[in-house]
Amino acid sequence: MAVYAAPGQPGSIVEYAPRYENWIGGDWVRPAKGRYFENPTPVTGQIFTEVAQGTADDVELALDAAWGAAPSWGRTTTAERSLVLNRIADRMEANLEKLAVAEAWENGKPVREALAADIPLAIDHFRYFAAVIRAQEGHSSEIDGDTVAYHFQEPLGVVGQIIPWNFPLLMAVWKLAPALAAGNAVVLKPAEQTPASILVLMDLVADLLPAGVVNVVNGFGAEAGKPLAANPRVRKVAFTGETTTGRLIMQYASENLIPVTLELGGKSPNIFFSDVAAAEDAFYDKSLEGFAMFALNQGEVCTCPSRALIQDSVYDSFLGDALERVGRIKQGNPLDTETMLGAQASNDQLEKILSYIDIGKREGAEVLTGGERLDLGGELSGGYYVAPTVFQGNNAMRVFQEEIFGPVVSVARFSDYDDAIKTANDTLYGLGAGLWSRDNNTIYRAGRDIQAGRVWVNNYHSYPAHAAFGGYKQSGVGRENHKMMLDHYQQTKNLLVSYSDQAMGLF
Amino acid sequence: MPAPDTDRAQPEVERVAVTDDAAALLRELRETHGPLMFHQSGGCCDGSSPMCYPDGEFRVGGADIHLGDLDIGEAETVPVWMSRSQFELWSHTHLTIDVVDGRGSGFSLEAPTGRRFLIRSRLMTDEEAEQL
Repeated sequence: MAVYAAPGQPGSIVEYAPRYENWIGGDWVRPAKGRYFENPTPVTGQIFTEVAQGTADDVELALDAAWGAAPSWGRTTTAERSLVLNRIADRMEANLEKLAVAEAWENGKPVREALAADIPLAIDHFRYFAAVIRAQEGHSSEIDGDTVAYHFQEPLGVVGQIIPWNFPLLMAVWKLAPALAAGNAVVLKPAEQTPASILVLMDLVADLLPAGVVNVVNGFGAEAGKPLAANPRVRKVAFTGETTTGRLIMQYASENLIPVTLELGGKSPNIFFSDVAAAEDAFYDKSLEGFAMFALNQGEVCTCPSRALIQDSVYDSFLGDALERVGRIKQGNPLDTETMLGAQASNDQLEKILSYIDIGKREGAEVLTGGERLDLGGELSGGYYVAPTVFQGNNAMRVFQEEIFGPVVSVARFSDYDDAIKTANDTLYGLGAGLWSRDNNTIYRAGRDIQAGRVWVNNYHSYPAHAAFGGYKQSGVGRENHKMMLDHYQQTKNLLVSYSDQAMGLF
Repeated sequence: MPAPDTDRAQPEVERVAVTDDAAALLRELRETHGPLMFHQSGGCCDGSSPMCYPDGEFRVGGADIHLGDLDIGEAETVPVWMSRSQFELWSHTHLTIDVVDGRGSGFSLEAPTGRRFLIRSRLMTDEEAEQL
């Protein structure tokens, strides 16, 4: 066990600067209006740095820098770009602990998750796109004996990316790696709740990227996000967040006739068929862990398995064992490597979760465990902690239909296969789903019948590169985390070439 | 239950209200941004938050339901909208727009003030439900 010293304390592995400017054109640039906003850590609620409060002027400056860099970056060979991405990955790997502690302090997540998942996945993501861009090939088609259609992938130019606060570094890298591999320059706006860890990363890799290829403008959505998303100099916008902002981004994109990719969340079902309990073996134990996965990252995951559906015949015994597993979740200081459940990312997020727990109770859902804010004492008293919460109810309740984005799971029973699939698909969203069964035919049929972009079978919350991730229904547009994301950052150039000396004979 | 109109007529039963604190913040935002509107979000991250925009900034359409208009003591009221599909799941609850300290993302106008609009919900009473 280890407890990392908090940034700002003696012996901390990572130091945040007291103030961060915007990162534009390979340099730290003061915000045009000279304003900054305070950034608290959710671990204690204390302010630990302040960050540029960017506005439209700063976005324009970043776009100038990006357009200055894009032509030459887009002409680099794939070998050169691949090397840059690999060097970034190597630099991150050499600083893995530092980045993990920075991320835990910024977001409130347990450092053990950042060490085991967020940062290693981000590193691997750069390596993955460094690899696939080398292997990408255009197509050529023989139209007739003298005519050939060549297809080349070309970068879009400059793209805008708006990053969520739940995995500030990993989600930034999910968007940066394919965009850069494809040869684009980027203007990126982090979430205002988590503006700083991405700047620690920029500082770390500044010498590896040509100036202007990646630009980071911080600020609030209305002041900096909109000027980026609505900007006619942006060729594509990528966004992860919620549905209303997703629609607004599409609306702006329609004005500029540009494409968007959107990842807008879900209300993911986690289905436990009765045969999981056929034996009390390692697989059964794994399925109980699968139930407890709602607490990963404090439930602040778009694919949080926040609806657990358990088959009637094993409902009571499975739920009893699952609650026992939930009771063993260690909640505490996110910088303690033993801690499994940390702090919610912001005060308003905490308030929102508590308001959902309230409406859940009012609708008659039964709280089986948790259901309250926790005061962890000492310095952590000012942090935003919620006890892991298990509701029991039915799928029509709002706690079964809306993404709470907290460590809250709502449990219901199902009678048979058809009932399970009907309930699982009775949602506006379709991002993730979990299936637990020992029967191959059941998991194959259910996996195909569930309307979601990612169905985990006998596992959950695994995000390896090369497994496409994206939503059905209202969960969004596009597939990240896979080489197919390159398509969203490239356009196709067709050269239609005639090798004939003969006129067409029309004029 | 009859489908609520998509025009801006107040429904007979109030579906949405605003706290005094939230109304005060709306008046403040109105000074800078002019007439305002809300669209209730769903989904990831700041989903389930009411998003406040200059009136007309967010294009509502056939996919949306007009829940009501908030009286904030100004010349015009503040219309509140929600997507029709989401409304089907929320229609049995009465909503109150409140405000808390915090920093939501999205493009909602209040974020730079360090405060965040928040939805509080209660079940419709039997009497209200009958009138719907």
